[in-house]
Amino acid sequence: MKVSTIARNTFKEAKRDRVLYLLLFFAILCFLLSRFLGLLTVGDRVKIIKDVGLASISLFGMLMAILMGTGLVYKEIDKKTIFTLLAKPIHRWEFLLGKYLGLVLTIFIMTVLMSVIFLVVLFLHTFTIEWSLLIAILYIFFELCLMTAVALVFSTFSTPILASLYSLAFYLIGHLSWSLELLIKKIKSGGGRAILKVLYIILPDLENFNFKTEVVHQLPIPTKLLGLSFAYGLVYTAFLLLLAILIFRRRDFI
Amino acid sequence: MGKVLELDRVYKAYKFGFIPKKKQVLKGISFYVNEGEIFGYLGPNGAGKTTTIKSILNLIFPDAGRITIFGEDSLKPRAREKVGFLPENPYFYDYLTGREFLAFYADLLGIHGQQKEEKIKYFLNLVGMEKAADLQLRKYSRGMLQRVGLAQALLNDPALVILDEPMGGLDPIGRKEFRDIIVNLKKEGKTVFLSSHILQDIEMICDRVAIILAGEIVNQGYLGDLISEKVLYTEVIVAGLPASEFSHLGESVSASGNRVLLKVYEEQHIDRIIRLVQEKNGKIISLIPRTETLEDIFVGLVKNQ
Ligand SMILES: Nc1ncnc2c1ncn2[C@@H]1O[C@H](COP(=O)(O)OP(=O)(O)OP(=O)(O)O)[C@@H](O)[C@H]1O
Ligand SMILES: [Mg+2]
Repeated sequence: MKVSTIARNTFKEAKRDRVLYLLLFFAILCFLLSRFLGLLTVGDRVKIIKDVGLASISLFGMLMAILMGTGLVYKEIDKKTIFTLLAKPIHRWEFLLGKYLGLVLTIFIMTVLMSVIFLVVLFLHTFTIEWSLLIAILYIFFELCLMTAVALVFSTFSTPILASLYSLAFYLIGHLSWSLELLIKKIKSGGGRAILKVLYIILPDLENFNFKTEVVHQLPIPTKLLGLSFAYGLVYTAFLLLLAILIFRRRDFI
Repeated sequence: MGKVLELDRVYKAYKFGFIPKKKQVLKGISFYVNEGEIFGYLGPNGAGKTTTIKSILNLIFPDAGRITIFGEDSLKPRAREKVGFLPENPYFYDYLTGREFLAFYADLLGIHGQQKEEKIKYFLNLVGMEKAADLQLRKYSRGMLQRVGLAQALLNDPALVILDEPMGGLDPIGRKEFRDIIVNLKKEGKTVFLSSHILQDIEMICDRVAIILAGEIVNQGYLGDLISEKVLYTEVIVAGLPASEFSHLGESVSASGNRVLLKVYEEQHIDRIIRLVQEKNGKIISLIPRTETLEDIFVGLVKNQ
């Protein structure tokens, strides 16, 4: 109950943020641009629209999650609104979870908005709707939920600018960690390989949520992989939230 | 009378700066607040009043010491169930209107439906903000924020109300209204803990006070015990006679026009002044005995530091 009250209020605040609409605007711009780009290229035009569209949802969704997520707690402390809130009989984890869910709700609505516009743009080109695109979008949303948790973790102990940089670094590492896997395969067994393996397990692998290529090229996706990716996202996000709560639990609000 | 709030040797140091420097802010604070009293927490700027209050509310964690609220360790959120809090210079979500703001806290406190509407209406009325209820908080003045802030603190019908500088930012009428509200809270059986450096306010309404200086409690007790009823001196204003006439009877503090202000320390001198004035056809304008005030104690303590 307390969590949902805080979540609703967070949503109320988030939807007033201009950054959200600026990013939404850019996403729409990209959809339209992809259509234009499609006209200029020789290859498969529809593929380009799909590729650019999905990539835009992913990119601008990620920016929303990071830019808004890193201000989530910081703003409450900076504007001192947190004093009255935490003086009420609520647990700090309830506060954090409420903040997180409020932003996830915001990101969800934004993802839906972007997807609808994207599908409309695509429909105007192909006059068919491909439902399989929704799978790719759903997993983009799962990734965004994880990124929101990442932003929340960093925002519990640093300023929004630093937290945004850390989150961005996390995002990049997350999408490049597959190259670590390649590296492991190439290196002979030994100490170096063991270290890389440990790193690979700790570091996130955000490519797990990437079904864009499969969907665009209409390749089959094994259900088991979908299930595993979902479980991976759930566990990783839960771990991040737990971390944020642990950091936040004993923090002084001077 | 039970103890509603008790602090036992609470220490807190702030670390700040790139290379952390330690600053001991609370140096073993101990005091208690009895049920049903108005307790004044008095101290100059930077003494550690807000830090103490934040420790009580678990917004910061003391390095050492124990705080109990209604016998419950303050570390548990349960301890704050019957506590209301108004921070100094209150900051709230400024995109909410006064009414939405109170509704948010009502939701948070689990007050619903009909009861919620009634409470919001009642408290808006109590703090005189019903006209501004549908205005966004960003359009409120400091005093107005203070008022809805107080409403927010009272929403859960708290048994202990903690107010950090509640009169700051209020105009004289507002201060009087707040004083009345606080005295009324006491009449309802609630306990009030308020910090202030406005001595007048504390003197008027508090039962007991604690004085904090540089992180230490230097004096605490019933107001009546701290302030002696003894007359310190009498201020006499005389017109029509030069100050030199009285130099052997009292200390002349100031003179303007044909008036002289005298500070008279000995009681028998007052009679002699009256006689002298009558003999020489002067006039006594006023004669006021000065007893010790909280301010005297306070200023004395601060000077001793
Ligand atoms: N953010 C901070 N970082 C470092 N030191 C701080 C910080 N906030 C307060 N202090 C120090 O803590 C001490 C106590 O501050 P506190 O706010 O408790 O005083 P106060 O009694 O409430 O004063 P006031 O009457 O001005 O409200 C001050 O000396 C101040 O220098
Ligand atoms: Mg203060």
